[in-house]
Amino acid sequence: MAAPLTLLLVVAVTIRAALYRSSLAEVIAERVEVVSPITAWKRVIEGLALLDLGVSPYSGDVFHETPLVIYLFHFLVDYAEITFMLADVISAIALYLAVKEYNKQVVRKKQKFALEADRYPQDCLELIRSPKEMLYIPLKVAMFYLLNPFTILSCVAKSTCGLNNAVISLFILTTIKGNALLSAVFLCLATYQSIYPLTLCAPAMLYLMQRQYIPVNYRRASFWWFVVQYLFMYLGSLFVLICLSFFLLGSWDYLPSVYGFILSVPDLTPNIGLFWYFFAEMFEHFRLFFLCVFQINVFFYTVPLSIKLKDHPVFLMFMQLAVISIFKSYPTVGDIALYMALLPVWSHLHRFLRNIFLVSCVLLACSVLFPVLWHLWIYAGSANSNFYYAITLLFNVAQILLVSDYFYAFLRREHHLIHGLYLKKKDGSEATLVLK
Amino acid sequence: MGLLSDPNRRRALISLLTRLNAPICVLCYFAAVCWFMGLSFEPFTLRTYMSENAMGSTMVEERFPAGERALATAKEFGAHKKKVGGMPVDWLVKTMQARGLEVFTQRFSRTLPFPDENNERYIVEGTNVYGILRAPRAPRTEALVLSAPCSPGDDNNQAVGLLLGLAHYFRNQVFWAKDIIFLVNEHDLIGMQAWLEGYHHTNTTGMDWSPLQGRGGSIQAALSLELSSDVVTSLDIVLEGLNGQLPNLDLANLFYAFCQKIGVLCTIQGRIQRNDWDSVSGYSHAVQTMMLMVMKQASGRSWGDHGLFLRYHIEAATIKGINSFRQYKTDATTVGRLLEGMYRKLNNLLERLHQSYFFYLMPSLSHFVSIGYYMPAFGLLAVILLLRALDLWVQLATPPSRNEDGVADIEQSSTGVLSVLTPLVISHLTGAALYMLPVRFQEMAVEHFQVSETEAVVLTAIAVYTGGLALPHNTHRLISGEGTEQGWRVLKLVAVLYLAVLLGCTALINFSLGFILALTLVPVASFVTPHVPKLLSAVVLVILSPAFTLLFSVFIFQELQEMPVSFQDGWMLYLSVISQGILDHYLYGSLVYPLIALMVYPCWLLFWNILFWK
Repeated sequence: MAAPLTLLLVVAVTIRAALYRSSLAEVIAERVEVVSPITAWKRVIEGLALLDLGVSPYSGDVFHETPLVIYLFHFLVDYAEITFMLADVISAIALYLAVKEYNKQVVRKKQKFALEADRYPQDCLELIRSPKEMLYIPLKVAMFYLLNPFTILSCVAKSTCGLNNAVISLFILTTIKGNALLSAVFLCLATYQSIYPLTLCAPAMLYLMQRQYIPVNYRRASFWWFVVQYLFMYLGSLFVLICLSFFLLGSWDYLPSVYGFILSVPDLTPNIGLFWYFFAEMFEHFRLFFLCVFQINVFFYTVPLSIKLKDHPVFLMFMQLAVISIFKSYPTVGDIALYMALLPVWSHLHRFLRNIFLVSCVLLACSVLFPVLWHLWIYAGSANSNFYYAITLLFNVAQILLVSDYFYAFLRREHHLIHGLYLKKKDGSEATLVLK
Repeated sequence: MGLLSDPNRRRALISLLTRLNAPICVLCYFAAVCWFMGLSFEPFTLRTYMSENAMGSTMVEERFPAGERALATAKEFGAHKKKVGGMPVDWLVKTMQARGLEVFTQRFSRTLPFPDENNERYIVEGTNVYGILRAPRAPRTEALVLSAPCSPGDDNNQAVGLLLGLAHYFRNQVFWAKDIIFLVNEHDLIGMQAWLEGYHHTNTTGMDWSPLQGRGGSIQAALSLELSSDVVTSLDIVLEGLNGQLPNLDLANLFYAFCQKIGVLCTIQGRIQRNDWDSVSGYSHAVQTMMLMVMKQASGRSWGDHGLFLRYHIEAATIKGINSFRQYKTDATTVGRLLEGMYRKLNNLLERLHQSYFFYLMPSLSHFVSIGYYMPAFGLLAVILLLRALDLWVQLATPPSRNEDGVADIEQSSTGVLSVLTPLVISHLTGAALYMLPVRFQEMAVEHFQVSETEAVVLTAIAVYTGGLALPHNTHRLISGEGTEQGWRVLKLVAVLYLAVLLGCTALINFSLGFILALTLVPVASFVTPHVPKLLSAVVLVILSPAFTLLFSVFIFQELQEMPVSFQDGWMLYLSVISQGILDHYLYGSLVYPLIALMVYPCWLLFWNILFWK
């Protein structure tokens, strides 16, 4: 399988290199859908210039990336293009390996065990996945990530979102490989970069516990011992990172400028998220309240999802990534690309998906309409912000439908695996499952 | 959310939509046409009204007295123009300076990609002269523009004369709060393009111009004046700008309001409005007026010098004086008073014109159709595409028999991807050839054939277009072998969705173009399958292709303008329209030609491909 992957990497890098050389790169780097105030390359350059002048990069209100990123580019600024391409390649390979490992576990451990134990009902055999079908899934995941136009745009715009995605992919890989320490370190790096991956703590712990056969039970000491261990590693490395940043810069400037910026959403530049329009329209005295509501919204889904999906931590991880990229304060298309890359992993759910046609049409149409309505609003002056926000809203509704559809399909497949594929009502007639 | 989650209701709805797909589609199509035709029926339209407070409630008094003097200046200008054999720059500079303006000139030159036979120009060099009247009452942060083109021959002398007369008169008034720029541009749109690019420090089309030495504030509104006779019977307002952009409706309202106040006959599309909307002839008059607007907007051309202003977010219109055989004449003083009134109202603006509509169609000057009313007509057409796509999706999702094992499935899906990708890539390459080749290969064509450059460009375009018909359906067989039943369905699904998105975006930017394309392409998209009678369908497909749409549009446009042409003349006109379209793209950045060549034509080729699926 190495040959197709190599070919894929070569193709992906060629596309990116060609786009870097074309005049499109400048246009793409300006698009609000692709870069956010945090991830924009232009702002990183500004931060670097300030740093070179001996001024704190966070003085002024331009630069909002973390200190580690600016020191990374302090050395790599001349090789920025290569860095971003490398980040994409690393993400793709990490996802490829992670999915390969995950599939192996699904087939070898769970399914085989269940089959041997004769746990599945007889009519469910067509739901069981054969290794042959799953052969190409890792490659598809890498392809979905590397050839997704969203990823390509994000990489060509040199959005630092590519680096975040690489870190999160590495986190997924190390978690699935079962390395608790590295998993905690990468999760902490991801959190350090953008706060929101904090919620990935839950699936990571659930997965690692499952792997080490620790029962998820509040009364067991082993459960609490593992949680404390993991959190210690996580918080410890977070502490190290934060202190490291402090020593690099010599001040705490960056805390309000990065995390305050993410949490209090002062920059209302339009983007594909839900925050900007809402907070631009709102009366000032409601701002704090709704800010809390919107931010809690991102984190809150962790609780119900973790309870419902505690036996399926990898799917939970996918759900969490999607929720973050939909509800975060400055989303870009690069964030969406990461969870979309994982869609092929759930290709066995396709027979239970209900709205996939509608949703993909809407997502496609919206992605094309973004630049059109932006043009009408900003350049032609004939449309206004409502047009653009309407599309943003539609885009996010479509994403939510997509994710909830996958969620429903997953639960339904699990239900069928326990109760049989052809459900009967009490009186013997055929029953259908209805979600209400 | 019941529909999205309850499987029984969903199944019922989907089976209804697939069973009644064809009748619903036909119904939608006719509903769309009827809706569109109904738009110009007066009870369904809205009366125009002034939305902008700053222009609505304030009163201004028009006192411009010097029409006769303006005409004398026009004669002088004409004499100097004839003497110099072009733009009398020195005389204009001197005259404007004498009227107390800050005068500047701008030189520009542009080599056209190929000779423009309509206007007989190839290498264009010229000078723009403009004078700025500085606002005495406010900081110089905003400006208004009055422009008049310096055309060859005796055209538009009166416009320049009136412009100078107004400059003289405005200079002596104290109430101006915005700079007023008086611009005389040479070589109509090319000069205007050079001036606007210079003013805004942009260079989008690779033209050479000298930088502007003087500037006013940011331009709020602009009027372009075309006047070729001493007296006029009516004034016509032209709104359609580049890429179908329209100025804010308030500008048209302002013009209409002053025409009513001063008592000048005013027209739009050169047609007087009638009051007998309830009679058949009155209704057809309104329909024709609106159709003219739709045609003009769809062409994406700038129909007056104002059209280029719109790109810079400046509301602009062209006012044309028309002298016909009517009894009642208006003299230059009255036209001057009208312009004075309009500028005084614009001078009162506190912010950019934004209150009124930007998306509208006008069946007469006093009535308009807003976006909310005309979009359903397009929406009904777009629904057809979505219904067809849904139908195909349902057919694809329920395959007739599933006896192959997993491996065969994977193989089939990979050939499916290939059989969709190949036609897509090939038809887009053909589209790219249609976009690139005509201008690139003109020299070669001129060497080998007995044609002029312009003919070479147009004929190459037509040749590539027809050549494309032969190409794609032969190549996919070479690459992917036998096409499957599944294959064409997937291809058609992709093509239908592609067309829907493409037309949707086009209709948002330029409704008329989107609607006309939808009217012809939607039937094609919905009926084509490999199983319909080949020859007949091929003929229908070709007749509904973008090139033929353009041909029909040329004839219909001539018919609407009451200047019907014979087939021979129509064909010549068609060729010149193509060359003008290509020129508009290279000179001003009009998007219609690349849109047709790079998107619409390849999309149409996909349907052509499906028809000949083997």
